[in-house]
Amino acid sequence: MGHDTSEWVFVGIVIAILIYVGVDSWNIEKLLEDIPADAETIKVTGQQWFWSFEHADGTKEISTLHLVKGHAYKFEIYAKDVMHSFNIPDWVVFQDAVPGRINYVWFSPDQTGEFPIQCREYCGLLHYNMRGSLVVEDGKS
Amino acid sequence: MVLELQKPRPVWQIMFSTHHTDVGYLYTVTSLAFLFMAGVLAMIIRTHLFFPGEGVLISDSVTSNRIFTVHGSTMLFLFALPFAAGIGNYLVPIMVRYKDMAYPKLNAVAFWMVPVGGALVWLGFSDTTWVAYAPYSIIRAPGPAADMWIFGMKILGISSILSSINFIVTILKCKHPDLPLRRVPLFAWSMLTVSLMTVVAMPTFAAALVMMLTDRLGVSGFFNPAMGGDPIAYLHLFWFTFHPEVYIFLLPAIGMMYEIIPRFSRKPLFSQGSGVFAFVMLGLIGFASWGHHMFSTGMDFTTKTVFMIGTLAAVPASGMHVFNFLATMWGARIRFDAPMKFMVGGIALFFSAGAGGVLNTAMPLDFITHGTYWVVGHMHLFLTGTIAFGFVGMMYYIFPLFTGRMYSEKWASVQFILMMWGTVQVFFTQHILGLEGMARRIYDYPTDFTSWTQLNQIATVGAWILGASFVIFLAQLIYYSAKGKEANMVDPFNLGGKYYYPYQAKTPHHTGY
Repeated sequence: MGHDTSEWVFVGIVIAILIYVGVDSWNIEKLLEDIPADAETIKVTGQQWFWSFEHADGTKEISTLHLVKGHAYKFEIYAKDVMHSFNIPDWVVFQDAVPGRINYVWFSPDQTGEFPIQCREYCGLLHYNMRGSLVVEDGKS
Repeated sequence: MVLELQKPRPVWQIMFSTHHTDVGYLYTVTSLAFLFMAGVLAMIIRTHLFFPGEGVLISDSVTSNRIFTVHGSTMLFLFALPFAAGIGNYLVPIMVRYKDMAYPKLNAVAFWMVPVGGALVWLGFSDTTWVAYAPYSIIRAPGPAADMWIFGMKILGISSILSSINFIVTILKCKHPDLPLRRVPLFAWSMLTVSLMTVVAMPTFAAALVMMLTDRLGVSGFFNPAMGGDPIAYLHLFWFTFHPEVYIFLLPAIGMMYEIIPRFSRKPLFSQGSGVFAFVMLGLIGFASWGHHMFSTGMDFTTKTVFMIGTLAAVPASGMHVFNFLATMWGARIRFDAPMKFMVGGIALFFSAGAGGVLNTAMPLDFITHGTYWVVGHMHLFLTGTIAFGFVGMMYYIFPLFTGRMYSEKWASVQFILMMWGTVQVFFTQHILGLEGMARRIYDYPTDFTSWTQLNQIATVGAWILGASFVIFLAQLIYYSAKGKEANMVDPFNLGGKYYYPYQAKTPHHTGY
């Protein structure tokens, strides 16, 4: 026992770093959760073992989702059977699909191209293959 | 003490003994057996992931799912918990200067539940994953495997509650009257903390298991949305037990570091008081952070913030342990025998794992890392890097006490180098794989991204190196317990001073029933 000063200085530095991390992530998360009012809603349904999508105008797609660059999109995420997790790694879109609940996540692609979609919560036999792709197109075409 | 091999006793006499050293010995040997069994499963998984494509080594995905489920359940419940209980059984009564554990028969009963639970888990070979999230585990997981997993977990949970009660009573009620609680050695303090945590945390999981079982039978619908239940309720019950459980796995290893580091530094511990304080703090704060496993389930902003703060709050207390170790080693005449090597390696990896944990809980970053190989790398860095390093170091330290013989310092060094190298290569690489977006618990990965293939191959080679280090460990334990040089039982590590443990204590005083 004793030797207290150096230890409290050390703990103080650790706490200062943690406060910085905490405050910064609080700020960023607040921004991320703020869904823009003009975001277009897309229903995403996860079931063993594929994703299906429904656009606001009623168009349905399976596994491949076509979106337009520069728009904001809000995903409404449903699950039919067990838990899944809707994930577009390149755009850090990630939210669980929980049966009996609706979860929301939004993003706004600013780059065209094809990006993988996957399931990130274990959902059984073909979990590894529950993949899709996101195609972001230019608005004009 | 036992000195099994110097004074041979028939094996049944050890098996049916209720003496704490015998039960501790049984716990330790059983947990090491399960370590190697689960290690083989890990090698199969990693080797399979060396090449992308189905059927490389594991023929189908359901087998793969079963393998990683049993690997996880075994390493946590059949290696980490029983090993800590084994060393605790051996040392805690000696540390508190009592003749045995408080309830010797209960102690033996708690031990014998472990192989039974283990048999159920291994014979069932369930595919629920070790977390067994509802509703998959309820409506889709094939029986009887999942039911056997539930019963196995149930038995292991009861076993850990029984042994925890025993430790609590032994330490609080049976310690020598001249020994104030704050002077109790820190390893015993770590066992006291984790025992109290188990008693608080484990019943929640026990309840969840019963609910899951009745849900599976179709008579209730607690977690089944089709019957009005909520899967998220299961997640809360599960993580309320298993986030504290993370500390229950970790703290005994930290306690072992407290036991070994001052001895090999040949210097008194920097501060007993701050060690005790940090244990108690971790024991309390461990209950404030379970929600960080559930950020992506649709948790609202305020709840996420609360759990983020709760998680970050555990870091200063962990930092106090690290500080205590470093300050103890500062300016000391350290002897780097095998136990000390593993402890120092464990501290280094504990620090990196802890830093990764801070990133995980920072809310926006959690959405990048959660459910990917980052988390696999992170928790294995704790479980292998800190806990297994602590346990292996302890095993070398206690080896003379168990067997009366010395291990080979040369081979222990080889094992240390390989284990350190393998751990860093496989688990650091998995962190990067996670950042590249590779989901965890997958049987196969696409070939579209060349970096995934390369990183997986690097990780697999690391896993083989880690596997090789454990082969050396196993070979050492077997060979040197029979053929090793006889240990100098007064001071086997030449540290000056005596070997702390009263090796000359009599033969178990009640070998009966």
